[in-house]
Amino acid sequence: MALTPQEQPLRPERSIAYGQSATNKGAGRGAFRWRPDQQWEAYFFLLPSLAGFLLFVILPVLGSLLLSFGTLRLNGAFNLAGLDNYRDMLRDPVFWRAVRNTVYFMVTIVPLQLAFGMVLALALNQPLRGKLIYRVIYFMPVVTTIVAGAIVFQYLLNRNYGPISQIFWSLGMQPPNFLADPTWQKPSVVLLTLWKNTGFTMVIYLAALQGVPQELYDAAQVDGASPWQRFRNVTLPMISPTTFFLFVLQMIGAFQLFTEAFIMTRSSGGAPAQATLTVVYYIYQNAFIFNNMGKASAIAWFLFLFVFIFTFIQTRLQRRWVYYEVS
Amino acid sequence: MATLAAPRPIIRSNFAWLHLLLIVGSAVMLTPFAFMLLVSLWPKTAFMARSFPLEQFTIQNYVEVFRQIPFGRFYLNSLIVATTTVLLQILTSSLAAFAFSRLRFKGRETLFLLYLATLMIPFQVTMIPNYIVVARFLQWRDTYQALILPTAFSAFSTFLLRQYFKGIPLEMDEAARMDGASSFRIWWQIIMPLSGPVLATLAIFNFQAAWNDFLWPLIITNDEAMRTIPIGLAGFQGQYSTEWHLLMAGSVIALLPVLILYILGQNWFVRGITLSGMGGR
Repeated sequence: MALTPQEQPLRPERSIAYGQSATNKGAGRGAFRWRPDQQWEAYFFLLPSLAGFLLFVILPVLGSLLLSFGTLRLNGAFNLAGLDNYRDMLRDPVFWRAVRNTVYFMVTIVPLQLAFGMVLALALNQPLRGKLIYRVIYFMPVVTTIVAGAIVFQYLLNRNYGPISQIFWSLGMQPPNFLADPTWQKPSVVLLTLWKNTGFTMVIYLAALQGVPQELYDAAQVDGASPWQRFRNVTLPMISPTTFFLFVLQMIGAFQLFTEAFIMTRSSGGAPAQATLTVVYYIYQNAFIFNNMGKASAIAWFLFLFVFIFTFIQTRLQRRWVYYEVS
Repeated sequence: MATLAAPRPIIRSNFAWLHLLLIVGSAVMLTPFAFMLLVSLWPKTAFMARSFPLEQFTIQNYVEVFRQIPFGRFYLNSLIVATTTVLLQILTSSLAAFAFSRLRFKGRETLFLLYLATLMIPFQVTMIPNYIVVARFLQWRDTYQALILPTAFSAFSTFLLRQYFKGIPLEMDEAARMDGASSFRIWWQIIMPLSGPVLATLAIFNFQAAWNDFLWPLIITNDEAMRTIPIGLAGFQGQYSTEWHLLMAGSVIALLPVLILYILGQNWFVRGITLSGMGGR
């Protein structure tokens, strides 16, 4: 009487889930060997997640690619139009303004965020009292709803009532119109983003710092290294993987800036300020205000390609400056 | 291996400078909150005159806000959407993670790579077709399912859970199987109970993300009755753009739940962030 697969006792495996079969029959390469009886179970387990991904991620990605190559009318008719949307996008001065704005944000926000985060993490890594309170405080803006944060900053920077303007008045100077003057709109958004996200980089750096072995610092001190030298030659290399990770992550995040600009600098009519129009904002405008789904999809793919290429390049470059511990 | 004791201080002198730096930084972080409270608890005349005399303290603004916009409804919507999204995410991700970590099937590695690849896809790429299908095709505009379903699948959660599950010894599964348990029972009665910490972390982390989500609810809801808190607040801002006392009160109301959740469970929050930052290591 044969036992069903369920009833058969499992053969003792040498290692865990990726186990090599003890008898290794037929697997040839000696690698991971799939089991037919678990194949069906796997389908059952994967079905909800996979179905959702197919429906809401994979198919839409293909769909947006298709959309970018044509025009979708309101009545649902779709006409293929080749590279028209892409040509339209590349010739559009507003698009390039959006790109310039977005690059500005990336170049200002990311280095500042990394620097501030690191400085704060270094400070918090010392044996201080009240570390927990500081950590709670610094992380608080990260969990606040961005809309609420943006509204408060609108108030703080308000020309008539905002405290920051008050500081200018009290110094006898005329405060700039932070939220209406194009020269100041970008820095205002940068300020909001820094306030909101520095806690995030700080917390991640803190965790990384706590993983640096004390022996390294001790050895450096024995060799007579100054605090700065210790920082430069021990701390920085040891946390460089984290720096890499944060750099890529924040760059991608900065490229996707939308809500801050939407809340803080849109005019009463709803139009975005030219100085803070970001790529994602432009996608939003094209898709949902101008109803140009094709062009919006083309821009979205531009964004996608950028993210992809950027990550790829960074991953290649990291060999030069990221130090991974070889055990 | 590495000692995790506090490192010898880089700055050997007294910590006054550090404290100064940290306090200044804290002030910067807290000032917006302080003003939010200040302006919201004083009448309009106060912020206009830029003076906040103690005797004019009032909570009238909060009452007014609740009267002007249906914040209660926004809360309800946000709560329903965030909770259901998190539950669905945990459910689907843990099932998938179980398969990825403990079942052996053809194409397992390739499929998991596909999951990881989706992490790189910016939301804006999928949002337009999703909108077209959900809003125009299915006519699900202004519905809960439209708010919940597209975001209910999280490759990140699957990744984290798989990492965690791999650390649970396979012997437990084998013992259970010898007693005749099915995979489903193993998942439900052995793996899940053992995953308390990572599930709690994921729950809080994802809840906060779902609660604060802005772009998708923005494009998929038009009806005020279906708006979530961020959208409701943005709409409020559009309408009452200079009524700072009301706007501040609205902002406080909007972020109070997540803030309280954060303060109570900030350990979990930070763990979630750190886990994501360290790639689950």
